Amino acid sequence: MSRENVLVSAAWAEENLNTPGVVFVEVDEDTSAYDAGHIPGAVKIDWKQDLQDPVRRDFVDRDGFSKLLSERGIGNDDTVILYGGNNNWFAAYAYWYFKLYGHENVKLLDGGRKKWELDGRPLDKEEVNRPATQYQAKEPDTSIRAFRDEVVDAIGKKNLVDVRSPDEFVGKLLAPAHLPQEQAQRAGHIPSAINVPWSKAANEDGTFRSDDELREIYGEAGLDGSKPTIAYCRIGERSSHTWFVLRELLGHSDVKNYDGSWTEYGSLVGVPVEVGPGKEARA
Amino acid sequence: MSGCGAPQQTATLPANVDAGKEVVLTGKVLAAGEPVGGAFVRLLDATGEFTAEVVSSPEGDFRFFAAPGSWTVRALHRAGNGEATVTAEGPGLHELQVSVA
Repeated sequence: MSRENVLVSAAWAEENLNTPGVVFVEVDEDTSAYDAGHIPGAVKIDWKQDLQDPVRRDFVDRDGFSKLLSERGIGNDDTVILYGGNNNWFAAYAYWYFKLYGHENVKLLDGGRKKWELDGRPLDKEEVNRPATQYQAKEPDTSIRAFRDEVVDAIGKKNLVDVRSPDEFVGKLLAPAHLPQEQAQRAGHIPSAINVPWSKAANEDGTFRSDDELREIYGEAGLDGSKPTIAYCRIGERSSHTWFVLRELLGHSDVKNYDGSWTEYGSLVGVPVEVGPGKEARA
Repeated sequence: MSGCGAPQQTATLPANVDAGKEVVLTGKVLAAGEPVGGAFVRLLDATGEFTAEVVSSPEGDFRFFAAPGSWTVRALHRAGNGEATVTAEGPGLHELQVSVA
């Protein structure tokens, strides 16, 4: 897998803001960032309002995704460039989600909003209206999405990569430290999981580390490249970042994102939970 | 299900947060003594590992919900970078300032 197929640089993006067939999409949980200034011409997708079913805990269905992209003016043949805040967490989640529904040409803006802002590149508040399309989503590709039973079955067999911070992994924190810690679920991690925080894969400015650095990080952590891998975090967006690294940058063939993640697993009755630092790299 | 995005960064705590239970690290990002908004403020644990990141408010405010221990707060801004450390013994508000240059 070549980086050029899945990532664009901020410099490339700025040169291609008006290129026909290229659509910039900002994805955030809190879209007030978009409203206060976005990449010129970019449309927005709200992680919660647009991508989650309003009643059940699940994605919008195939028709719902088709409707969303049609309304945003995104065609099946467009090259979609995703970016966002939080070090591209939600943009990476959207990338995985676009792949799940079969969109062919989708890439991440390396470094997301952070790199763009630190570079001092342009943002504006212009309202963006693209003509509606007739988007047709494909059947969901569940070869990249893990569900809970599969995760329980994977204990001690597949690579389980917990991408949360070390303090969340050991059970000291229940959520990332910008969020209040009062939560319903138990603390800890899935037994046999290795802890490779998503942030290991990123530079301080939010861009991805080099392929050589990434291979070394996951190799040292004990990821067995010959086995299937399931990545998880708290709600599935940081693990999308790691899913992107393992499958799209490093080219591992069987990598799933467990979007239920700790908010589901840590609430299940009767499943094993491990607290503390976990075991060192497993053979 | 709540997401992973940061709540609004303000100098006062949201009404639903109990400072008697939470270890709150809060403060301002300053450049040449003046508050700066739009800085990327990252919380690093005692080993230097990334724990969280927020964007400072227009008044320069940031806030983290941590655990007892030693923490480093590092800010990145177009005006420059900077960091400060804090040791939190227990729950309550722990204030610090980060100057970028």
